[in-house]
Amino acid sequence: MITAPELTLQRRPAGAGEIVASLDRVSKNYGAVQALRAVNFTVHTGELVALLGPNGAGKTTAVKLLLGLIPPQAGRVRVFGGDPASPQNRGRTGAMLQVGRVPETLRVREHIDLFSSYYAHPLPLEETLAAAGLEKLRDRKFGDLSGGQKQRALFALAICGDPDLLFLDEPTVGLDVEARRAVWEGIRHLVAQGKTVLLTTHYLQEADALADRVVVMNRGEIIAEGTPAEIKAQTSGKRIRCHTRLDRVALRQLAGVTDVKQDREAVEIHAAEAEPVVRDLLARDPELSGLEISSAGLEEAFLALTQENSNSASRN
Amino acid sequence: MSTAATTLTDTLIQRSRGRLAMIYLKEAKYEFLKNLRLRAYAVSTILFPVMFYVLFGLVMANQGIGPIRSATYLIATYGTFAVMGASLFGTGAGLASDRGLGWLQVKQASPMPPFAYFAAKIATSLIFSTVTVLILLLLGVLFGGVRIPIAQAAMLVATLLAGSLPFCAMGLAIGYFAGPNSAPATINLIYLPLSFCSGLWVPYMFLPSFIRQIALALPPYHLSQLALSIVGAGRHESPWIHWEVLLGFTLVCLGVARIGFQRDEGKLYG
Repeated sequence: MITAPELTLQRRPAGAGEIVASLDRVSKNYGAVQALRAVNFTVHTGELVALLGPNGAGKTTAVKLLLGLIPPQAGRVRVFGGDPASPQNRGRTGAMLQVGRVPETLRVREHIDLFSSYYAHPLPLEETLAAAGLEKLRDRKFGDLSGGQKQRALFALAICGDPDLLFLDEPTVGLDVEARRAVWEGIRHLVAQGKTVLLTTHYLQEADALADRVVVMNRGEIIAEGTPAEIKAQTSGKRIRCHTRLDRVALRQLAGVTDVKQDREAVEIHAAEAEPVVRDLLARDPELSGLEISSAGLEEAFLALTQENSNSASRN
Repeated sequence: MSTAATTLTDTLIQRSRGRLAMIYLKEAKYEFLKNLRLRAYAVSTILFPVMFYVLFGLVMANQGIGPIRSATYLIATYGTFAVMGASLFGTGAGLASDRGLGWLQVKQASPMPPFAYFAAKIATSLIFSTVTVLILLLLGVLFGGVRIPIAQAAMLVATLLAGSLPFCAMGLAIGYFAGPNSAPATINLIYLPLSFCSGLWVPYMFLPSFIRQIALALPPYHLSQLALSIVGAGRHESPWIHWEVLLGFTLVCLGVARIGFQRDEGKLYG
């Protein structure tokens, strides 16, 4: 996993531009399964929004609604102020979806040539190849590409029309570190050009590293929304790690402690604020050693949010 | 409206028409290349009819079937067999795979004009049909002693191509209901018995009488009779009844395909 600071983008103020795409109280069922429940959500010009959530949260459904591939049961879906399925809107939109099999006997440049022809003002072939890192693979047949190269080729098809709005559904799923880095580079490049991007992911680092705004989904509902920093701040913030002779029951009774876990010979204590807990710990165990304090990552924030959501759902 | 504005609109319309034509052309070109490089498709649509024709049509070329030489008779029936295969596999197998494995959705999400997708599949099927029928004719003339006037040969090719369209429609219907991996097997399961019972392998008059009864209800039988009547071996029924059956069959297949299309609309993928 990459947590390198070099991949962190300059964040722009969220929700500054005009609305490019929106779901307005949208619900979608597949038979008895409720994929989306009265979801409200907007994407603004020039933003990179990450839809974050576990499998089955409704992320892909939201993308397919915004692409006009499926109709909603209730509510309104709008893209560029109109019907997402209209030819004008499709001409300003690019999409990378999860695909089981792409025609394997066509070459990379042939696929790109065909998709470019659908758009009024496509990028030159060389530019598309460069943006997706496919210069050396242009004559390779799709079926002869590795998993990461296939993802990059699909990415190329999404951007070749130089669209204003891009939907990327799990663009880095199943990729190794290097391939993921390449796709991230491509996405950063798009954002730098002023494109609006909506990406779905269940990789938390990805949302943290790329997105201006994160929308956390679970079970067809939006459970949190904000900048990555705001999402993290919504949950208990600090993680304290140390070696101590105090047992877990005693630790759990300390004021401000929300959770205690044994991690090999050390314990991991979660608390809203670190300082009072650490003061207390040192007073009770002068021999305490190996003290480490860190912020809870987006991972913890995300788990806490989705668990909270599941608990309240099961109580209802 | 001022003249300048009219000219501008005209130019824009012309440009967009040109672009549309380009999309249709590229879509067809790449669909053709895709299938040409797919060995399974090229082999089953070209090689099988040609092989059957060589084995049965050329080896026993000098025997007569009805009023004409078997080499000529079998060009009509294996020609029917060939265009049927090219159409069913060309539209059905590709559609089932694209649909079932998500590629069709990627195309639908793009600004591709939806009809271009189907037009490309039909155009590709027509090209493969043409090539195969021409190979049969060439083999017949070179090695089977077949002598037919150019105009008659052209009429035969045109009839078989027009008559392949109902099977493109049938391919669409199968493509909307078959699974992505089982589609070729499903097509064979329909294609091969249908060919036999329609008298495409064994001439109609040599079929057992109960199969001859069945044949009258089968679309490939009617196309083969249209082809045979051009080379002078039809069963002297009016050609209109054959065209009517084929037209009715096409409409039924398109109706079934439409049901499949609508069923897909509300379905969960991935």
